Amino acid sequence: MIAVWKHELRSYFHSFTAYVFGAFLLAIVGFGAMLYNLQAAVSNFEYVLSFGSIVFVVIVPILTMRVIAEERRQRTDQLLYSLPITTTQVVLGKYAALLVVYLIPLALISLYPLLFAQFGDVYLPTSYGSLFAIFLMGAALVAVGVFLSSLTENQGLAAGISIAVILFNYYSVSLSEYVSSTSFGSIVALAVLILALGALIRYLTKNENLAYAVALVLLAALCLAAYLNAESFEGLLPAIMKQLSLFERFQTFVSGVFDLTAIVYYLSVITFFLFLSVQSLEKRRYN
Amino acid sequence: MIKVQHLTKYYGDFLAVDDLSFDIQEGHVYGFLGPNGAGKTTTMNMMTGCLSASAGSVTVGGYDIFEDAHEAKRLIGYLPEQPPLYMNETPAEYLRFVGEAKGLRGEELTRQINQVIEQVRIGEVRGRRIAALSKGYKQRVGIAQALLGSPKVIILDEPTVGLDPIQIIEIRDLIKELGREHTVIFSSHILSEVQAICDQILIIAHGHLAAFDTPDRLEQSLLSGNEIHFTAEAGADEVRELLAGLEHISDLRLEEPEAGRVSASLKTDSRDLYDLSRSLFFAFAERGRPLLELNLKKASLEDIFLELTGPAAGASDAPEEHQEQEEEEKQA
Repeated sequence: MIAVWKHELRSYFHSFTAYVFGAFLLAIVGFGAMLYNLQAAVSNFEYVLSFGSIVFVVIVPILTMRVIAEERRQRTDQLLYSLPITTTQVVLGKYAALLVVYLIPLALISLYPLLFAQFGDVYLPTSYGSLFAIFLMGAALVAVGVFLSSLTENQGLAAGISIAVILFNYYSVSLSEYVSSTSFGSIVALAVLILALGALIRYLTKNENLAYAVALVLLAALCLAAYLNAESFEGLLPAIMKQLSLFERFQTFVSGVFDLTAIVYYLSVITFFLFLSVQSLEKRRYN
Repeated sequence: MIKVQHLTKYYGDFLAVDDLSFDIQEGHVYGFLGPNGAGKTTTMNMMTGCLSASAGSVTVGGYDIFEDAHEAKRLIGYLPEQPPLYMNETPAEYLRFVGEAKGLRGEELTRQINQVIEQVRIGEVRGRRIAALSKGYKQRVGIAQALLGSPKVIILDEPTVGLDPIQIIEIRDLIKELGREHTVIFSSHILSEVQAICDQILIIAHGHLAAFDTPDRLEQSLLSGNEIHFTAEAGADEVRELLAGLEHISDLRLEEPEAGRVSASLKTDSRDLYDLSRSLFFAFAERGRPLLELNLKKASLEDIFLELTGPAAGASDAPEEHQEQEEEEKQA
């Protein structure tokens, strides 16, 4: 794993990727700090982070698009498969390198609250709580990006899908107000989600029976639940969209609440998508 | 060293490798021979753990490549058909990564990198970007990564494809050199290449193992047999009578272009063609029938290859009746 980590890290700094990522993040946070902390003289650094969080829609795909897609394109994935390292070690090594690239600009940003504290009254616990949360949120988005990069050998396509997914996640709370909040709408949306899950299982395992079995069991459970208590589905779809939003949970920290459930959620998202990435790589071997 | 048992691979409904079984012994150079699409690369990918098998097993040094992948892969160095190179790196950086991934550290890593760089002769380009190297050098860098960690078995998938003639000779010489210290398995569809380098040849066709032997023995144990053509001053019945007394003869065909002169061709499974031609000569001489012409046609490895890998070999699943009918038609 350490060999992969060192190799990835070297490649990020050989190319422009790490520098572009860091520059974008520092630029948007610097711009936010100038607007909020300097011009408007607000002492809350967490507002700057909230303002800057939109930049993840662009910079996470830039960072993650090549991570596995490029290995496939230049057929170096064959080398990784033939080396005495596991796919889990490969994915964890790559992910750890991405986190380091992400942490370097974040380490610089973490000096801002201390700097501003020299000139005013900055409430550091909220600032650093939000910094910690934005680190975890970014780490979760990076995990999603790694998985999406593992689905294709085309970097551009990986970046495009990542932007769409992160953008949807960013606006999911706003969009939730426009989706159907009726029981029927929620049930249909859940059915679609179950079918998507079945398709994902089929893609990753190439096991049609397993995919159909999981989808059918979940659909049957959904129908049974809908039959027994349809009213409980009312407003479920908007609620799910809000709950799934990584950005919405970050806002809790900005509001000054150190939300442990959000941390657990971020860690779960990281684990889930890294697991899917490993499965996606393994699937190629079991083609 | 490597034990392949009942290895089978399906891509969807397509059977790429069909119940392949063979043993690879230590200290030889093995050639995987077969036409394009025969299943060579699929077999090699399964032997190195890059691809799962639909059925069967591969053990390397007693370790299962799928169950004990870590231990088994330590014993193998693999160069896929397309060298897996990171184009933006230099050979030195690339080899450092591969060496570290193979568990080498510190001075041992540096020593081995220098050793393989010297072995494959890429010292002069070790600091250049791989993207800027010629195809021959890229292939050498690929072989160098396979050599790191001193694996007992080196598996090379079509290492000479796309190279110019000089590069091909250089890579062949390198493979011969490697054969002194490692067990080498390499695939090719070029007969002369395999014949020149290998101690043992595995011929794969249509996913089957069609033959597995030394180049000399393969030539000797031809499926179609060596051939003898001769013309004699004798009648057809007399020739038949004379040949009936000789062993190792089959598929006799006679033509009588003019009265009292017979042209004949026959196949033989005799290991010594000269021995049979001597017997033939004396048999006709004792009868006082002169042999006007005598040609021996020793089948080459190419004949075996074409016979084993040709379309007819792929149709080996055809019903026996149909085959018999074909043979009758031929004889007629």
